[in-house]
Amino acid sequence: MNESLNLLVALAMGLNLVALGSSRLPSLIRVVALQGMVLGLVPLVMEHEVRGMVVLVAVATVAMKGLVIPGLLRRAMRTANIDRDLFPLVGFLPSLLIGAAGTIGAVVLARWLPLLPEHHETLLVSGALASVFTGLLLLIGRSKAISQVCGYLVLENGIYLFGMLLLGSTPLLVEGGILLDLTVAVFVIGIIVDRIQRAFDTLDTRKLTVLRE
Amino acid sequence: MSAIVEFLVRLAVWLLLAPLLPGLINKVKAWVAGRRGPPVLQLYYDLARLWRKGVVLSTLASPGFVVGPAVAWVAVLGAALLLPLGPLGISLSFRGDVILLVYLLALARFCTTWAALETGSAFEGMGAAREVSYAVLTEAAVITAVLALSLRSGSVELGTMLASSAGTGSVLLAAGLFTVLLAENCRVPFDDPNTHLELTMIHEVMVLDHSGPPLAVVLHGAAMKLLLFAVLLVEAVLPFGEWSGLGGAVALIGGVALVGVGVGLVESWLARYAFKRVPLLLTTAFLLCLFALLVAWKGGWS
Repeated sequence: MNESLNLLVALAMGLNLVALGSSRLPSLIRVVALQGMVLGLVPLVMEHEVRGMVVLVAVATVAMKGLVIPGLLRRAMRTANIDRDLFPLVGFLPSLLIGAAGTIGAVVLARWLPLLPEHHETLLVSGALASVFTGLLLLIGRSKAISQVCGYLVLENGIYLFGMLLLGSTPLLVEGGILLDLTVAVFVIGIIVDRIQRAFDTLDTRKLTVLRE
Repeated sequence: MSAIVEFLVRLAVWLLLAPLLPGLINKVKAWVAGRRGPPVLQLYYDLARLWRKGVVLSTLASPGFVVGPAVAWVAVLGAALLLPLGPLGISLSFRGDVILLVYLLALARFCTTWAALETGSAFEGMGAAREVSYAVLTEAAVITAVLALSLRSGSVELGTMLASSAGTGSVLLAAGLFTVLLAENCRVPFDDPNTHLELTMIHEVMVLDHSGPPLAVVLHGAAMKLLLFAVLLVEAVLPFGEWSGLGGAVALIGGVALVGVGVGLVESWLARYAFKRVPLLLTTAFLLCLFALLVAWKGGWS
């Protein structure tokens, strides 16, 4: 069980770095979608006996994070008709190095935390911390609104991994609710992106800080 | 007596088989492109032809212009002889020989760039500058990979380090070392060995003014370096300590051939990267080796 779980989480941690290194909007969206799908499989490998509800949540997560949300983002990108290069505030190379340092820091930090003995052997906490860190880095370091949404999604993936620690005790309905919230949020952001594009003719969020009447 | 015979066999493998690998890569590239391509032995013909030709020397060049390639060739050969060769094992082993290997490769690079600068040509200066600036990043990756291997095996001797497999991190290590191989040997995403446009080349531009036997030495040294990195990659990933005799030989030859085919496929499918994207790729290689080191350190997370 631990082997396959660690493999999935390590894959997600690798995808964090790929997301930091990707320079085009479509590839960033693809990476984030892939990460969401990989993490959607985590509940399946964590449970000892497969319950119907767990399968349902896993399928819903994979479908939402892998298909629906990226679809919404691609749609927003197409309708806004924007330049697909990401112009980073923090360059790709520095953000990759900072992300790698953050990932290593997350692994080291997770060793120190007083966790339950069954969680000591897994990468869950390290993966969660690393994803949260990467999400923050993407939010800060990229200027396009859509890429900031991708950062937000990576951040949410990290929080989702934290939630996996409590898989036994949280009702899965909560997970379902979070997923629905996330989709609505991305949906709303898609509309906002379209509005920003119409009002300001750009998606660069730096321009939004100097708004005047 | 048998030690001498074994040493001669080892020397022959490195000297005679090295030019085969570029031929294999070119054959793969031709096959993917649907051409017939040059014969696999093309580099041997080239070397023989160049050896018979005369040398044109610039009036600016000091003796370093000829000495540089020679020293570089000897350094690469020395580095190659330090590597264990599958079932043949290791000929010369001492504590810290892996550090000597890294420094011999650095010496070879220094001599090549020195000879390039001797010509006083601006283009060759550019090539030399690129070569050493990429080397800063590739050497970091190589040293990290070496650290990962030595941590895994608890030794700083090449024979012990390469005998066992790299364990859980071997996929990471293989990807990192393959990228380093491409960069060190100036293969496609970093440099195009076919181009002859001075503004974009790295290795080819450094040897533009060499001719005759010195050029043959440079080309043979480059082929040997490619074989060296391929052998290093294969031995770092596969557990050669457990195989002996024919099985080990087959595994080594198969692995090196696979690396050659891989290089050929990469060259067929990828274009050369823009200069500003190269550091990103090299840093990725460094990070892959760094994470392999992390995995080796944590003992494969269990």
